[in-house]
This record gives sequence, structure tokens and C-alpha cells, in this order.
Amino acid sequence: MVIVQAEKFDTGAEIERITRDRTDIGAVVSFTGLVRDFNDGANVQSLTLEHYPGMTERELEKIEASARAKWDLQDSLIIHRFGKMELAEPIVLVITASKHRHDAFEAAAYLMDWLKTKAPFWKLEADAEGNSDWVKERTSDQDALKRWQD
Amino acid sequence: MKILYFAWLRAKVGHAEETVSLPGDVTTLYQLITWLKKRGPAYEEIFTDLDVVRVAIDQEHITDDTSLEGVSEVAFFPPVTGG
Repeated sequence: MVIVQAEKFDTGAEIERITRDRTDIGAVVSFTGLVRDFNDGANVQSLTLEHYPGMTERELEKIEASARAKWDLQDSLIIHRFGKMELAEPIVLVITASKHRHDAFEAAAYLMDWLKTKAPFWKLEADAEGNSDWVKERTSDQDALKRWQD
Repeated sequence: MKILYFAWLRAKVGHAEETVSLPGDVTTLYQLITWLKKRGPAYEEIFTDLDVVRVAIDQEHITDDTSLEGVSEVAFFPPVTGG
């Protein structure tokens, strides 16, 4: 499932919701991305995420479908927030559930690597003085994709 | 046709979207960019370095020149930085 929302989410509650009463899930992996107080050497005070409504959901659904075709998953969830966020708040959540750990681990890493380079989100960081800067693309995010391209 | 701008391209051009009627000789993405650049200094500026501009046509990522026939929405934005 794909959810794009402004509201905060609770990673624990989402894992619980996915695994409750399921006897076919042997492994559940989650990744939570958080707002941190540094980037490129600057002090970050808050983060605003802009996105492209419509295309965001489409891209995330494509990425999720591609992961589910590649690995044997019992369930998967992507939640990505937009709007203004304070330090330490969660930004993104990926959960993958499978029979055995390998599929859940791999699929979660794959989902994050693709999401980082395809989902139309843009981060604007603000510091305590009120200066704001658009976050720049990282070549390491592009490099991470090579692992999945045979 | 609807044109959308995101992130710093939106900030520089001053609006998030606009509806344009293309002249008959603008039929491809590259022709659209050339045509938009003539609309003013802000447009000229956002399309100066096309290496830092990404394009989606009808909400699909596009990396090469392509026909605009039947297209209803073109979006311009920087490389994505979500996650």
C-alpha cells in the first residue's frame, strides 16, 4: 500500500497493523527516515517537503509493484510525508513482510533506493536564522541504484 | 496545455502552474523549452542549465525529446530529493 500524507506516522503501530493475526509472515523489515539537524555542514532547524500530487502516488505504486514482482512479499507499505516537519520527526516509512528474511531485507533496500531517485519529492531545509536551501541531489543515491541494475 | 514547476524552478518562475496555448510550430518538448525561454528572464534562467532540470510528461519521467501530441501536462523540476 502507498500513502502520501502530511500527518506524522507511528512506525510501531504500522508494523503491528501489518503483522497482526498473520501467521504466514516470518519476517518484517522496516526503514524509517527522520529529519536530522545537519546536511552539507549546515545546521538544519526544519524541513519542508514539496511533492507532485498524483505523480507521487503513481511513482510510489510503480516502485512497490516492481518490488513485489521481484521478491516474495506477503505485504508491503510505503508512507511518505509532505509539508513542514520539525527535527526528529519521521519523513518516510517502508515496511516489507515476507516468509523469510532475505526477501524482506532486499525489498526494503530496493524500495528506498528507487524511491530516493524517482519519487517526485523535494526537500527545503531551513536554519535558525530563517535561511532556506533546496537540498541537492546526491550522486551516492544514483550509485545505490546500480546494485539493482543487472 | 498545463505547465507545472516545482521546488526552485517554481520559486524562480514565480508560480506553480500555468495553462498555455502552444503555437503550431511547437510540437516537441525541446521546442516547448525554447518557446518558454522567450517568456522572460525568469524562464531564461530556469532553463539555462538543462542538466539540472528534470521533466515529466503526463506524470511520467522523460529523459529525451518527445512529441507533445495529445499531452495535457508537462512538469519541470530539479532532481528529486525525497526519502
